[in-house]
Order: sequence, then C-alpha cells, then structure tokens
Amino acid sequence: MNCQDTINQYMHEFLDEDILPEHEKELREHLLHCPACQNEFRELKKAIALVQSTSHIQAPDGFSSDVMAKLPKEKKKVELKRWFRHHPLLTAASLFIVLMMGSLISTWNQDEQFSVSKQPNLVVQNGTVIIPRGQVVTGDVVVRNGTVKVEGELQGNLTVINGENYMASAGNVTGEIQEINEVFEWIWYHIKNAMNNLIGVIGNNEKEQSLLEVAAF
Amino acid sequence: METIVKKRIKEVLKGDQNAFGEVVELYKDKVFQLCYRMLGNRHEAEDIAQEAFLRAYMNIHSFNLNLKFSTWIYRIATNLCIDRIRKKKPDYFLDAEVPGTEGLNMYSQVASDTALPEDELESLELQDAVQKEISKLPEKYRSVIVLKYIEELPLKEISEILNLPLGTVKTRIHRGREALKNQLRYV
Ligand SMILES: [Zn+2]
Repeated sequence: MNCQDTINQYMHEFLDEDILPEHEKELREHLLHCPACQNEFRELKKAIALVQSTSHIQAPDGFSSDVMAKLPKEKKKVELKRWFRHHPLLTAASLFIVLMMGSLISTWNQDEQFSVSKQPNLVVQNGTVIIPRGQVVTGDVVVRNGTVKVEGELQGNLTVINGENYMASAGNVTGEIQEINEVFEWIWYHIKNAMNNLIGVIGNNEKEQSLLEVAAF
Repeated sequence: METIVKKRIKEVLKGDQNAFGEVVELYKDKVFQLCYRMLGNRHEAEDIAQEAFLRAYMNIHSFNLNLKFSTWIYRIATNLCIDRIRKKKPDYFLDAEVPGTEGLNMYSQVASDTALPEDELESLELQDAVQKEISKLPEKYRSVIVLKYIEELPLKEISEILNLPLGTVKTRIHRGREALKNQLRYV
C-alpha cells in the first residue's frame, strides 16, 4: 500500500469523525511533511464547506395546503365525527330530532286506531266525538283518526289528528284549533310540544324529569 | 418533535385527515430541501416532495411507530428522487447557449435580469455552481452527500434511510467526497 491510499482512507475516517487515535496520529504526522496529502486534505475540506454553504431553502408557499388538497377524500363517517366533535350543541339537537323523527314516524304508522282525550262530558258515537250543545268542555281535546263536532263550548285547544273537524255555528272553541293530517305536520306538532317542554324545563329548572318526559314520547 | 408527530400520526390512523396537515407542516422544509438538492430544480422538487407526503399518507398504516417518522419520510422522498433521476433525460444546462445571444449563456442572462448587490450575486452564483456540481454526482453518491452535509444526519440514520449497511454508506460518502473534491477544485 502506498502512502496515498492509506492516508486517504484516514482522511475520510477523520472527516466521518470515526477514526482510531493511532490512525489520527499517523495522519497528522504524515500531513506535516507531505505537501501532496496536505493539498488533498485541504481540497476535501473545501468541497465539504462549499456543499454546506448552500443556504437552507424552504418549501414554497401553500405547500401544505396543496398536499392536503391532493389527499384522497376521507370517509364520510370520519368527517361527520369531526363535525360532531366541533359542534356539540348542534350535534345534541340534531341527534334529538333524528331520534324523535324515527320514533314519531313509527308511532304515526302504528297509530291507526280511534282515540280521544277523556273529558267527562264528551260524547263519542261511531268514531265521532261530539261536544254537545249547551255543554262546556274544559281542557285540551285531542282526537285521532276520528271526526269532531263542536256544538257546545270547548275551553281549551282542539287538535284533530288524521280526521275532520265540523264546527257547528253555535260551537265555540276558546283555544287553538289544529288539524294534523300529514306525517310531517304530525312531527311538527310534536316538535312544537317538545320545544314548549324544553322552554318549560329552562323555566322550571326541573331538567331531568321533564327531559325524560320529552324523551319518552 | 417526534413525540408530537407520533401523536398526530395516531390521530391520522384513527381517520383524522387534518392531523396529517400538521405533520406536513413540520417536515415540509426538510423534505423539500432534500428533493431540491437531489434534483436541482425547484419545480420538480415541489412535485416530488408533495408526492412523498402523499405516499406517506397512503401508507401510514404500514409506518412502524417505533421508528422515527423523519427516517421514514426521508426514505420515501429519497427513493422518489432516485426514481425521478433515473427516468429523467438530461435537461438543459445553465451554460447552454441561448439562440441569438452569442457569447452570453443562460447563466449570465438570469444574473443580469436581477439587480442584486455584487456580493449577494456572487454568493448566489457560487451556490448555483455548487448545486450544479452536486447534480452531476451519480445518484448513489448524491443521496448520501445530501443526507450527510445538507440534512446533517448521522451516518447511522442515513444507513436506515437508505436501507444500506453502515459500511456501504461510508464507502459512498468517501467516493462522493472524492468526486466533489475534483469537481469543486476550481470553484
Ligand atoms: Zn502523502
């Protein structure tokens, strides 16, 4: 092995900062009296310094957003989850409405039987509910799948679900009259009730009990 | 940094794409720089650096959380750069003659368009000259030189990135240094 090969190897070991002490000693001693190797070593260090002198460059503006735009669309489920996480109140509200709608639609479908709220002086004949002439019925009347004839007086609201309401001229209802004949009206009716209950909750501070009632219907 | 990154990656694994944005933000400069020094062209570097992050995202399930993310993303980027270099036909060179401007090369044209103070200009010219010499290195030497002297990574990590034995990395760095020494002798 001539001087160049061994010494050159030591130079690289030195530059890798991975050199045995005896090799380093030999390299230093050799460099003291070999101008050719001195020059070689200087040129190696110059090359490294030049490469290291290239300034650090940065990614162009908008790099990250460009990458993000190229990513495949994530699954809807995840998007929804994140949306829920960021909008907890809206999530609670929409979850509530979804659950309610579901249960209401099934109630609507099951509920094909005639029914009426119970007041002592209401007369029921063949699916027709009559508020008799000269009588005063107090409280809200709710009739499902039937007809209502108001001949007397109703002190309260009248709600007719999937039925008809005949108002005799003498008849008188002090509260609101509502006829509900479509599923969506049916749902809306319940949402309004639910809202009233919620407002009641806030007013009465009887949260748990009323919320249970709301959830139960 | 690695701790934050691992946390974000776990979120990405759960399906949160936005968490990946933070990972890109943390490594974009290093990855872009690696690609730029490997390819010597900003446009291509941007292209490949973006591709590297895209691949990382697509293969995030195969990332071993016990490893450093930087090693992994550097490996993806280096491989993409080497592929690109191998496919690439030789591009135009800055010292090619531009028609109608005899005696002027593209280098002096670019330089004369920008009114920079003389020393800054000199430093830019020097940097371009060095970059040109780096670009002339065969890719197996170029990658080790860029990882060692531009990204300033330890040899051990370079051997992990390139999936090569430490001895091979050392040999390549020695040869790369020798080549650069000859190329940069008169710069
Ligand atoms: Zn010598």
